[in-house]
Amino acid sequence: MTKQSVRLGEIIEASTTGFSAQSYELNELPALGSLVMTSEGERKLYAVVYHAATEGIEPGRRPIARGRDEPSEQALFDNNPQLARLLRSRFSALVVGYRDGSAIRQHLPPKPAHIHAFVHACPQEEVKEFGQSFNFLNTLIGAELETPADELTASTLRLIAEVQDDPRALLVAAGKELAMLLGRDYTRLKAILERIKP
Amino acid sequence: MNNDSRLGMVVAGSLSGGVAVRLDGDASVEDVVVGRYVSIEGKKRRFLGMITDVKLDTSDQQLTISPPDPSDTFSAEVLSGTGAYGVLTVTPYLVIGGDQTITEGPQPVKTIPSHFAPVGLASDTDIEQVFGKEDAQRFYVGNPLDMESKLCLNLPELARRSNGIFGKSGTGKTFLTRTLLVGMLQKGACVNLVFDMHSEYGWEGTSEKGRKVKALKQLFPSKVAIFALDEDNARRRQVAADVFVKIGYDEMEPKDIALLKQTLNLTDLAVEASFTLRKRFGKDWIVKTLELETAENGEQELKSLNIHESSFQSLLRGLTAIKRLGFMQPHVERRAIDQLLGYLERGTHVVLEFGRYTEITAYILVSNMLTRRIYERYRENTETALAGDRTPPTPLVITIEEAHKFLNPEVAPQTIFGDIAREMRKFNCTLLVIDQRPSGIDPEVMSQLGTKITCLLDNDRDVDAVLSGISGKSELKGVLAKLAAKQQALIFGHAVPMPVAFTPREYGSAQSYKELAAESERPPQDIDKDIDNLWK
Ligand SMILES: Nc1ncnc2c1ncn2[C@@H]1O[C@H](COP(=O)(O)OP(=O)(O)OP(=O)(O)O)[C@@H](O)[C@H]1O
Ligand SMILES: [Mg+2]
Repeated sequence: MTKQSVRLGEIIEASTTGFSAQSYELNELPALGSLVMTSEGERKLYAVVYHAATEGIEPGRRPIARGRDEPSEQALFDNNPQLARLLRSRFSALVVGYRDGSAIRQHLPPKPAHIHAFVHACPQEEVKEFGQSFNFLNTLIGAELETPADELTASTLRLIAEVQDDPRALLVAAGKELAMLLGRDYTRLKAILERIKP
Repeated sequence: MNNDSRLGMVVAGSLSGGVAVRLDGDASVEDVVVGRYVSIEGKKRRFLGMITDVKLDTSDQQLTISPPDPSDTFSAEVLSGTGAYGVLTVTPYLVIGGDQTITEGPQPVKTIPSHFAPVGLASDTDIEQVFGKEDAQRFYVGNPLDMESKLCLNLPELARRSNGIFGKSGTGKTFLTRTLLVGMLQKGACVNLVFDMHSEYGWEGTSEKGRKVKALKQLFPSKVAIFALDEDNARRRQVAADVFVKIGYDEMEPKDIALLKQTLNLTDLAVEASFTLRKRFGKDWIVKTLELETAENGEQELKSLNIHESSFQSLLRGLTAIKRLGFMQPHVERRAIDQLLGYLERGTHVVLEFGRYTEITAYILVSNMLTRRIYERYRENTETALAGDRTPPTPLVITIEEAHKFLNPEVAPQTIFGDIAREMRKFNCTLLVIDQRPSGIDPEVMSQLGTKITCLLDNDRDVDAVLSGISGKSELKGVLAKLAAKQQALIFGHAVPMPVAFTPREYGSAQSYKELAAESERPPQDIDKDIDNLWK
């Protein structure tokens, strides 16, 4: 795994189609739709972040408001040092492909990610490379998740476009792919196009 | 097919209705025109077809209900070619390539290309493969729409049957006919006789801009003879006429009168009377009939012939109208018909100019009288040739304008032109009919025309008449309706392997004379001199 890539967290739950990871720092979460990577033995898996949350560690025990008399949010944490340990931030990602030798395959890998595997943010160059093909769009628009698939698709494309030399060209090409996939559902296509319009 | 010319791919279709071609996202419907040729790369063969319809389609009806905002260029760009796309209807006509065609050339289609076969604009080589190159028999008539390649017609093949050129007024029929006549002269395919109603084929014609254009005699002086009916007119126009035509009353037969029934407003009984009078008086029947009016025993004579006074008056009015035509004389020593036959038999092409006699009576009368005799001669000659005594006469092509006046259902069965059109090539004599109103022509005659060339027609009945009986009629109708108002035509039938919409070659420029007369007998420096003169 490339050195400069930021380590975001560690996998705490994994399945064929996705995984959940816990961030090492409270509130340090990858952006919705960002491309992250992890490994499954030799294979590098790519996934799109679709959901993130910060919550109490123990199920059933919910955080309560504590800051009425604190001058600032930071002071609240300073005066209650146990809080950082009782809370955690976690995110979920949908697996959209993997690297097989030198080629990127945009479909599900044979095996799920390993538990406790590290999750890294994808470096720009790799995001750029991933954006060369749009087969992953089919997985995104078809996913049934907490986050509406259209929002997720739009966010992902915006982030992939950002790192391209010609962001607009990428969005047009992706839009055309979506138009093919959503040929019979113009209303939905229109909603996504509205969200990715440069 | 190189990538520049790729348009899209086959997505549906049938042999009877043509194939649907979905346009690629980057190919715009605005760049493809109806009538244009495309090639389809099937798995085993290549197909050549014509674009016969263009339409826009969407994958979801909703798109037409709430289209993207006009300012939203992004969505428009995304949707064009995907959610909203162009569809072409292509009628495949020929198969080129494939095992059979290597030996036999392009073949008519018996199937259609399979799904997803790539479709592109036809190349010049495709066209050449189908229509051939200019050679001893093939003559360059124009260019397929939007193409550089030359459309060549095999003229001897064309002349083997009667043909028609149609189009509304001002669409370029005369210009095209003149070019075709030049072609026939160049290729020596046949000998032509042109009944030139408006005096525009023999010496010179005019273009719409009022500019003079040279006609046959100026381009091929030794191969063409001009017969002029109107001596004054010809002299004034400084036409190098070879023969001034006079026609004797005694050359007229009641049959000739019968044809003029409509134009001269004759009653049936008047026509009948002419036959009776011919029988009674013999060859001089017209002079004698005219004399009856004033003759002492006129009344009794008529009574004995059972001719009613009113019929006689009707006939008399008709004959008087004919008598007034300046070229009619009681008797002519050297009959024009004999001279005409002499020229034709020597292989000289003849243009008969009508000069000021542009009224239909003169045109019908003269062309019928002459053609009837010519046809008789041709028939005899062909029959003797068949008996083995002589070589058959050179094929004769007779050009007539306003063809519906000769070939309408009422008179076609009686006129010699009807016979020629029907009996076709048996006697080496065919017609080239030119008309603005093809619906006026007897459908039976229309169906006998081998090849039809039609410019724009705006009347539905005319369109139907021209296209009747051919396969893919409704598709071609669309192509025909979209022709330009001038100098564009659609050709289909016997002489072409598939219908083509084309732009007839330019006629009337210095360069065009140079090319057209290239194979004439005139030395090139002569032509150069002409070209110089043009600029004086
Ligand atoms: N091949 C051509 N080359 C140059 N000019 C042409 C050609 N075809 C048509 N034109 C132009 O179009 C005009 C009309 O053509 P033309 O006289 O042949 O029409 P038409 O169909 O014979 O009309 P009408 O039925 O009235 O006789 C010509 O005067 C000429 O200016
Ligand atoms: Mg004309």
